[in-house]
Amino acid sequence: MKVGIVSYGTYIPRFRLSVEEIARVWGENPENIKSGLGVLRKSVSDLDEDTATISVEAAREAVERSGIDPERIGAIFVGSESHPYAVKPTATIVGDAIGCGNNFHAADFEFACKAGTAGIQACMGMVKAGMIEFGLAIGADTSQSAPGDPLEYSASAGGAAFLVGKKGVIAEIEETLSFTSDTPDFWRREGQPYPSHGGRFTGIPAYFRHVVTAAEQIMEKTGYKPSDFDYAVFHQPNGKFPVRAARMLGFSNDQIAQGLVVREIGNTYSGSSVLGFSAVLDIAKPGNKILLVSFGSGAGSDAFIFNVTDSIESFPRHPSVWEKIRSGIAVDYSTYLKLRKKIKLKG
Amino acid sequence: MIPRFWRKIKYRYDIVGSICESCGSKFYPPRNFCPVCRRKSRIKEQRFNGRGKILSYTVVHDTPDEFKLNKPYVVALIELDDGPIITSQVVCGPNEVEVGMRVVKAFRKYFEDGDDGVIYYGTKFIPEDKSMESVSSNSSN
Repeated sequence: MKVGIVSYGTYIPRFRLSVEEIARVWGENPENIKSGLGVLRKSVSDLDEDTATISVEAAREAVERSGIDPERIGAIFVGSESHPYAVKPTATIVGDAIGCGNNFHAADFEFACKAGTAGIQACMGMVKAGMIEFGLAIGADTSQSAPGDPLEYSASAGGAAFLVGKKGVIAEIEETLSFTSDTPDFWRREGQPYPSHGGRFTGIPAYFRHVVTAAEQIMEKTGYKPSDFDYAVFHQPNGKFPVRAARMLGFSNDQIAQGLVVREIGNTYSGSSVLGFSAVLDIAKPGNKILLVSFGSGAGSDAFIFNVTDSIESFPRHPSVWEKIRSGIAVDYSTYLKLRKKIKLKG
Repeated sequence: MIPRFWRKIKYRYDIVGSICESCGSKFYPPRNFCPVCRRKSRIKEQRFNGRGKILSYTVVHDTPDEFKLNKPYVVALIELDDGPIITSQVVCGPNEVEVGMRVVKAFRKYFEDGDDGVIYYGTKFIPEDKSMESVSSNSSN
């Protein structure tokens, strides 16, 4: 039996901040932003939510849906660029919260927006090598953005968790590869509260070069062409880039629509491409072929080809990602500042 | 403070209490002695499933400093489906909460020990039917 996804779970915080509301404060034209960025609103985490709580909730859903005893999980990797601690792992918090005992390998990953898929690859390797029975890979973020920065329109919160193993696989991993280079398009220095970025013109050498190359290479390696896939999911820093990448590669809008979650919840960073992939798994049928390509600034892309198995038919998939996306509570900009602790309280 | 908390992590991260196998009494936080059976206590650790309903609640407006940003917040007595009655914060607006409301456990942050201290996590509750107003329009899907 091939290694693959045994279960998945997702979490999206319930607050939403609209582009109109951000644009109102900063004197921008919301229609320009919406058409330029392809984002309508973004998810915002509550005061008592962070990457650890999002990871735990997504992991619990994944474990619950699988029906697997958590003690059989031998590794937990949490990929994020907003780990609550600079030193002290998020993965240990997840491990204790889901009750997987003490005999598990744990580590936190950071690779901008692609640390979640890096975790899937690490779990896949350990399962394949026979070191563990099941591994848990999580991509989650409560991404930071400076007030007034263009990033503020998209930087949001959410995450997805995947149980990787050989038994009860709902989507086998047929192939995976990575394309990586030192491209400083986006970064956050140690101790800095907000990230910096190269601004315009970083799209081509960073996002498009890595995403398109990784996708082309994995199709070349396996001999597939875009029309062989039922769905494709590309990392979604905004609503425009994944659509353009799909067009460059020869994928249709129909192939990417189900996984394009960014318009409604923004860029959930490490959660982004994996939430889109989860939305596809929500409706996938046995025999479907799915291409997933993540992207992390700095920069790199992980590409995967998944084949959905018969087991997905009996797999519990409710509530779906789109149901979670559509249920939300709108907040205003000042509430957002408080929720994200951008206002400092005295004393 | 830190050791006192981390000894309780298991019981706070999930609803791990105890049950007396002699009389069936359930406890949360866990007890290692049954006040009913006393010397005949047979205590076993038990994880409760984290679903229940609100028996009563209060809204806290005057808070300790650590919870100043959260005010006003809801604290409720919750009768677990498979366990005892426990006290917990319920993450919802004061106008959303009502007696009899179904709630489910959620992993949340309790508070942070300043800017450089430990972050304390644990179990809170959220409404089971998060019948939220929809903000999405005719979305892309």
